[in-house]
Amino acid sequence: MSEHNVHHDPHAPADHDDALEGHIVSPVVYIVIFFALLVGTALTIAASYVEMGPWNPIVAIAIAVTKATLVVLFFMHVKYSPKLTKLTVGAGLFTFLVLIFMTLSDYISRAWGRW
Amino acid sequence: MSSATIVSLPDQSTARIPKTNFLSKENGILSWLLTGDHKRIAILYLISITFFFAIGGSLAGLIRLELLTPQSDLMATDTYNKVFTMHGIIMIFLFLVPSVPATLGNFLMPIMIGAKDLALPKINLLSWYLYVAGGILVLYTMMTGGVDTGWTFTTPLSTHYVNTNVLSTGLAIFIAGFSSIFTGLNFIVTIHKMRAPGMTWFRLPLFVWSNYAASILMVLGTPVLAIAIVLVALERTIGIGVFDPTKGGDPLLFQHLFWFYSHPAVYIMILPGMGVISEVISTFARKRVFGYTAVAFSSVAIAVFGFFVWEHHMFIMGVSNYSTLVFSLLTMLVAVPSAIKIFNWAFTLYKGSITFETPMLYAFGFMGLFTIGGLTGVFLASTGTDIHLTETYFIVAHFHFVMVGGMLMAFLAGIHFWWPKITGRMYPEKISQLAAVVTFIGFNLTFFPQFILGELGMPRRYASYPEEFQILNVFSTAGATVLGVGYLLPILYLTWSLKYGDIAGSNPWQATGLEWQIQSPPLTENFAEIPIVDHDAYDYEWLEKKQKEEQEVSSVG
Amino acid sequence: MSDSTLTHADHAHAHPPYQRHHFETMQQQVDATGFAMWLFLLTEIMFFGGMFTAYLIYRNWYYPAFVAASHQLNIFWGSLNTLILISSSFTMAMGVWSAQMRKQGALVLCLVLTFILGLGFLGIKTIEYKEKFEKHHVPGAHYSLQSFLNPDSDAEAKAAGDKPLPLDMARHTEIYFSLYFAMTGMHALHMIIGICLLGYMIVRARQGAYTGGHISFVEYFGLYWHFVDIVWIFLFPLLYLISRHQ
Repeated sequence: MSEHNVHHDPHAPADHDDALEGHIVSPVVYIVIFFALLVGTALTIAASYVEMGPWNPIVAIAIAVTKATLVVLFFMHVKYSPKLTKLTVGAGLFTFLVLIFMTLSDYISRAWGRW
Repeated sequence: MSSATIVSLPDQSTARIPKTNFLSKENGILSWLLTGDHKRIAILYLISITFFFAIGGSLAGLIRLELLTPQSDLMATDTYNKVFTMHGIIMIFLFLVPSVPATLGNFLMPIMIGAKDLALPKINLLSWYLYVAGGILVLYTMMTGGVDTGWTFTTPLSTHYVNTNVLSTGLAIFIAGFSSIFTGLNFIVTIHKMRAPGMTWFRLPLFVWSNYAASILMVLGTPVLAIAIVLVALERTIGIGVFDPTKGGDPLLFQHLFWFYSHPAVYIMILPGMGVISEVISTFARKRVFGYTAVAFSSVAIAVFGFFVWEHHMFIMGVSNYSTLVFSLLTMLVAVPSAIKIFNWAFTLYKGSITFETPMLYAFGFMGLFTIGGLTGVFLASTGTDIHLTETYFIVAHFHFVMVGGMLMAFLAGIHFWWPKITGRMYPEKISQLAAVVTFIGFNLTFFPQFILGELGMPRRYASYPEEFQILNVFSTAGATVLGVGYLLPILYLTWSLKYGDIAGSNPWQATGLEWQIQSPPLTENFAEIPIVDHDAYDYEWLEKKQKEEQEVSSVG
Repeated sequence: MSDSTLTHADHAHAHPPYQRHHFETMQQQVDATGFAMWLFLLTEIMFFGGMFTAYLIYRNWYYPAFVAASHQLNIFWGSLNTLILISSSFTMAMGVWSAQMRKQGALVLCLVLTFILGLGFLGIKTIEYKEKFEKHHVPGAHYSLQSFLNPDSDAEAKAAGDKPLPLDMARHTEIYFSLYFAMTGMHALHMIIGICLLGYMIVRARQGAYTGGHISFVEYFGLYWHFVDIVWIFLFPLLYLISRHQ
C-alpha cells in the first residue's frame, strides 16, 4: 500500500475517497453539529421550566430525538454510509418502537370499560 | 421401506477419506480449543449440546416417571418443580436455541454461500465459550439445589417468594444469551458480505435464508431477555421494586419483557429446522423447492411477525382485554407464513421422485407433527379457548409437538443428511431408519395423550393429579421410554460410523448445493478456489450436466 | 490460534498485514466488520429499550411521584454532565477524523480529551450517587420517604416548592429511583468500559497503530461512544427535566 500523506484543507468539503478509511467528514460539520447539540441542550433545560401542560414531555422528547438524529447522521456518519447501514439503524429503531408501543398498548387500555 | 435409493457411494474397496481435511489439518487439544475454523467450532458445539441434551432428557425421564402415579411419590413436589424447571431451561437455552444454527449453521453456512469462514471467526469461538460458561453455571445451579420457578421465571414468584438459585440461573441464561447474539450477528454479517461471486440473494439455499431470519431474531430479541434478567436480579438482591406490587411495581412488566424475547425465541428455534427440511425434501424428491421466493420471504415474515405476538403467552395474566384482541389477531396472522412453508414442501413432493432415506423419514415426521403442533397453536391463539387450555397439558403437548416433533426431528434430519459431509462417513441406513420410526412412534405415544389430558383439565407443572388422568399419563410415560430408545440409537450408531461407516465421497445424496461439490470432510479453507456461482439453488439439471462432464473427463484417455 | 491459512504462494496479490485470511479483499473486511459493529449497537438499543419501557409505564402511572423524585436530582450536575458528554462526542468524532487524515498527534490529543471528559462525567456521577446514598434515596432496605412526606425537611424539595405527597404516592418514588439507578448505572457501566478501551487506544495510538490506514478500531469505538452519548441524551430530560415548573 503506497504511503500517502494527505494534505487537505480541513475546511474544504470532503472529497477524499479512499474507501477504506470511509467517507471523511469535514471538522466544520462536526463543529456545527456540536453547537447545535449545545443549543438543543439549553432549549430542553429552558423548556422544563415552562408550563406547557401535555406538551412538556412531547417537546422534551422531540428535542432529544433531534439531538440523537444529529449524532447518528453526522457524528456516526450514517448520512454518508451505505444503504445497508441506514436500513440496519431503521430496523433497530423499528424493533425498539415495537417493544415500547405494543407493551404500552396493554397498559393504556387496562382501565378502559369492563367487558 | 422402498428399496429405491439415491445414495451413490464411491467404490468402498478403493475409497479413502481425503488425507487433507479440516479434521486432520492440525492435532492437539489446543488446535481445537483455540480454533477459528467454523467447522471445528460446529463440532465443539455438537458435542456440548449433545451433552446437555442428555441431561435435559434424563430430567424428562424423571418427570415422566413421577407422573406414572397420581400421587407425588417419587419426589417431593418442590423437587418436581426443580426438575421440570431445569428440564425447560436446559432444553430451550442449551439445546434447542443453539441446535441447528450453532452446529449445522456454523458448519455449512459459509460453505453454502461460497465463503472460507464466517465473517468473525474469533467471535464465533467466543460464542462457544460463552455457551459453555452458561452451561457450567446451569450445572452449578443444579448441583447447589436447582431452581423451581419454571423456565419462565414469573414474577413475583421468582423475585420474592423462592429462595432457590434464581440468580445463578439468571446469570447462566444471560451469558448463554450473548452466545446466541454473537452467533446471530456473525451469520447476518457473513450472509450479507461474504457471498461468492454470482451467489445472489435469490440463489441462496433456503437453509441460509432460514438461518438469516433466525439470526435477526437472535440479535434483536435476546437483549430484551438480558435486561429482564438484570431487573429480576436487582429486584431479588436490592429490592428495587420494578416488579413488586407493594412498591407500586407491576409483575406483568417482567412478563412483557420476558416474552418479547421468548416468543421470537421459538421462531429462533424452529426456523433453522425449517431450513433443513427445505434442503432434505428437495434432495429426496429430486425436485427444486416449490415456490422458492415464497419460502424465502415466509422465513423473513415469520421473523418480523414473530415480534408482534408475544402477549398471547399472557392472556390470563391480567393484561387488558383490548390488547388480547390485538395480539390474538396478530397471532393468527403469524401462522400463515408457517403454513405457506408446509404447502410449498407438499407441492415440492408432488410429482417428485421420492425415496425414503433416513433424513427424509425425519422430514416426513416433521411435516406431520409440526402441522399438528401448529394447528393446535391456533386453539391457543384464540383468546376464548386459550383461557381454558392455557396452563394445562394442552400447552405442554402443543409446544412439544412443534419443538420435539418439529424441531428435534428437523435437527436429526439435518445431522443425518450432512453427517457424510462433516465426517466423510455414512451412517448405517437400516438401523437409522428404524430409529426414525421408533422416534416417531414414541413421540406420538408420549405427547398425543397430553392433548387429551390438557383438554380434560389436567394442569401443567403439577406433580400430583386426579386419579382419572392416570391411564393417559401411563401411555405418555410408556411413549417416553420408546422415545428415549429412539434418541439413544443415533448417538450409538453415529459414533460407531465414525470408525466403521462407509466412505461417503463428496456427494452421496447427489444433491445440489455448494457443500456437496467439495470433498468430505471439507478442507479447512472449504474451497481450493472460491467458486463462481452461475445457477439457482436446487438446480438438478445443472448437477446432471456437471456429473456428465466429470464422467467424460474421467473416462477420457 | 489455528487458522485457515492458504499458503502464501496461492495469493496472486499481497495484502496488508491486518487483513484476515478469510476475507478476499480489505474492502470486504472493512464492510463486514463495520456492519458487525452496527449490529452490536442494535443489541444495545434493545437492551436499554427494556428499561425505557419500564420508565414510560411507571412515569405514566405515578407522575406526581416522578416529579417530586426528579427534583432531588441536581440540574447543574446533570446539565454539566450533558455538556461534558456532548463535548466528548465531538472530540471523539475529531479523533476519527484525525485517524482518517493520519494525524497521529491530533488523534492522541482527541482520545486523551475524550478520556478526560469521560472521567469527568463519572466523577460527577459519583458525586450525585454519593448524595443519593447520604439522603437515603437508594432503593432497598434503607430507602427513606421523608423528603416526600415532608418536603420542608429537604433542601431540594423545599427549593422546588414541592407539596407533601400522600403516603402511597410517596412510596412510588422508590420506583423512580430504581429506574434512575438502573438506567444511569447501566449507562455508567458502558462509560467505564468505554474509558478502559480509550486507555488502551491511547497507548496504541501513540504507537501509530491507527494512523497507517487501518482505522477500524477507532471508528467502531467512536460508534460505541456516540451511542452511549445518545442514551444520555434521552436519560437527561427523562430523569432530570420531568418538570421544573409548578
